[in-house]
Amino acid sequence: MKRPSAWHLVLAPLALLFALPLVWLLLSSVMSNAEINRFPPALIPSRIDLGGYRYVLGNALFPRWLVNSMIVSAVAVTANLVLGSLGGYAFARIRFAGSKVALGMMLATMVIPFQLTMIPTFLVMKQLGLIDTLGALIVPSLVTPLAVFLFRQFFVSLPRELEEAAVIDGCGRLRILVSIVLPLARPALSTVAVLTFLATWNDLTWPLIAINTDTNYTLQLGLTTFQGQHHTQWAAVMAGNVITVLPVLLGFLLAQKAFIRSLASTGIKG
Amino acid sequence: MASVVGTFTLDPRTKPKRRISSDSATGWAFVGPSVLLILGLSVVPVVWSLLLSFQVNDLVSPSEWVGLANYKALVQDPAFGAAVQHTLLYTVLYVPLSVVGGLAIAIALDRKIKFIGLYRTLVFVPFVVSAAAQGVLFSFVLDPEFGVANSLLHKLGLPAQGFFSDPGQALPLLVVISLWSGTGFCVIVYLAGLQGVSAELVEAARIDGAGRFAVLRHVVVPALSPVTVFLLLFQTINALQLFDLVFVTTKGGPLGSTTVIVYFIWEKAFKSFTAGYSAAAAYALAVALLVIGIALQISRRRAAR
Repeated sequence: MKRPSAWHLVLAPLALLFALPLVWLLLSSVMSNAEINRFPPALIPSRIDLGGYRYVLGNALFPRWLVNSMIVSAVAVTANLVLGSLGGYAFARIRFAGSKVALGMMLATMVIPFQLTMIPTFLVMKQLGLIDTLGALIVPSLVTPLAVFLFRQFFVSLPRELEEAAVIDGCGRLRILVSIVLPLARPALSTVAVLTFLATWNDLTWPLIAINTDTNYTLQLGLTTFQGQHHTQWAAVMAGNVITVLPVLLGFLLAQKAFIRSLASTGIKG
Repeated sequence: MASVVGTFTLDPRTKPKRRISSDSATGWAFVGPSVLLILGLSVVPVVWSLLLSFQVNDLVSPSEWVGLANYKALVQDPAFGAAVQHTLLYTVLYVPLSVVGGLAIAIALDRKIKFIGLYRTLVFVPFVVSAAAQGVLFSFVLDPEFGVANSLLHKLGLPAQGFFSDPGQALPLLVVISLWSGTGFCVIVYLAGLQGVSAELVEAARIDGAGRFAVLRHVVVPALSPVTVFLLLFQTINALQLFDLVFVTTKGGPLGSTTVIVYFIWEKAFKSFTAGYSAAAAYALAVALLVIGIALQISRRRAAR
């Protein structure tokens, strides 16, 4: 029998160190307030108390924030897949006047930091009457240059032969994209979906600027204000925190390969 | 057969004129919405911001042109100076620690043993947790009265700490939290990079009598230098733009000890409604980011040669 590697002595405690805060998040979300408010506070709950979750889910706003976050993320992901693949395909395959300039300018915008655009974007959204609505969160995240760029890179790497037969048959570009190219583009589709979901679900800065009314908060903004108002009810705050983190955590655990490939690919090629 | 015919039809010389113009129409129909949205929501705001930075503007009433007054005031504003200092301190601590730590952990995780998948998952998972959730979690863990951190110190017989309420501890704590969530990204990128390090090169060095550490130092680390340069750039840009975590945990306090540049920019624009002044600060930051980006690109080109 092979002796277990000595590396476990290093790696197991290290992995535990990274996991511990999240374990503590879960544990404290099922503690009773009495146990949390004791000094020194309990480290492990003596029994599972769902009072925090009942409070948070009974609080009419938390479910609302969850729905708001889901709407914003779902629209952003769908729009990035549609607009990103359309744009990426045209930049990869169709020769048209001004394409190089348009692509170059779009990629150049990737270096613009958000702080530089946030005040004018706020003013634009105000002009459009979108401030304090979910529309203000959705419009700026409909398509990112990164989504267009990732699709373009993927389509450039596909062999042209597959499409050429369809071009001769007189198929339109849209038909070719939808029925021939996209079915092959699962890696690109999942990368763009993952990156867009992470960015929109986790965003706090822009919702903080664009939304005032609590019924229009996203989960991140709602959780932050909820903590400010209930800072002695830690069990409820942690239950709300679990609800905020869970969708991303579940998505990550279910599609770990896609997550890691997506994030690593932005690094290697960057 | 298909490819032969295909090559023929795609030859630009044989393309009739009408075909090209219809291609232009299709092309623009495909990219139009993206180009319009992306350029409209970046180029317009960038120019607008520049104009704003020469004005006094409260986001409501008509603005007044003041020339370079905002920039002059910025240079003399001790609050901005402090924000720059806090941001640099955070960056100087966070960036090297996350990159070097990421490399060390990636090397440790780059082996085929039992549970390695689990170890990698656990190291990386904090990265997908939002800054808001991290901030709320650690506000609780580090709560001086009810937090588990002081409870553990108490059990070990150590004195209780103020954590986020202590001006000397708040900024280093933000670094620690960022390391917890941000090192995993460096690990993932390095792990991907390690797969590209030539096994033959490592083998050759071994045969030449190089020890494990020598192989790391003279073969693996140099081979990873493009990855390292990318990570330094990426982490620095992120560190200089720190905001969410500060907003959730300390709101720039205590005693302004964690007011970083972006927090300063946000506060000036959306709390004290001095949007022109805020835009000037944002421009100062953007130029700094651009300079860092260009400098690293140049050093990357040199390294590649």
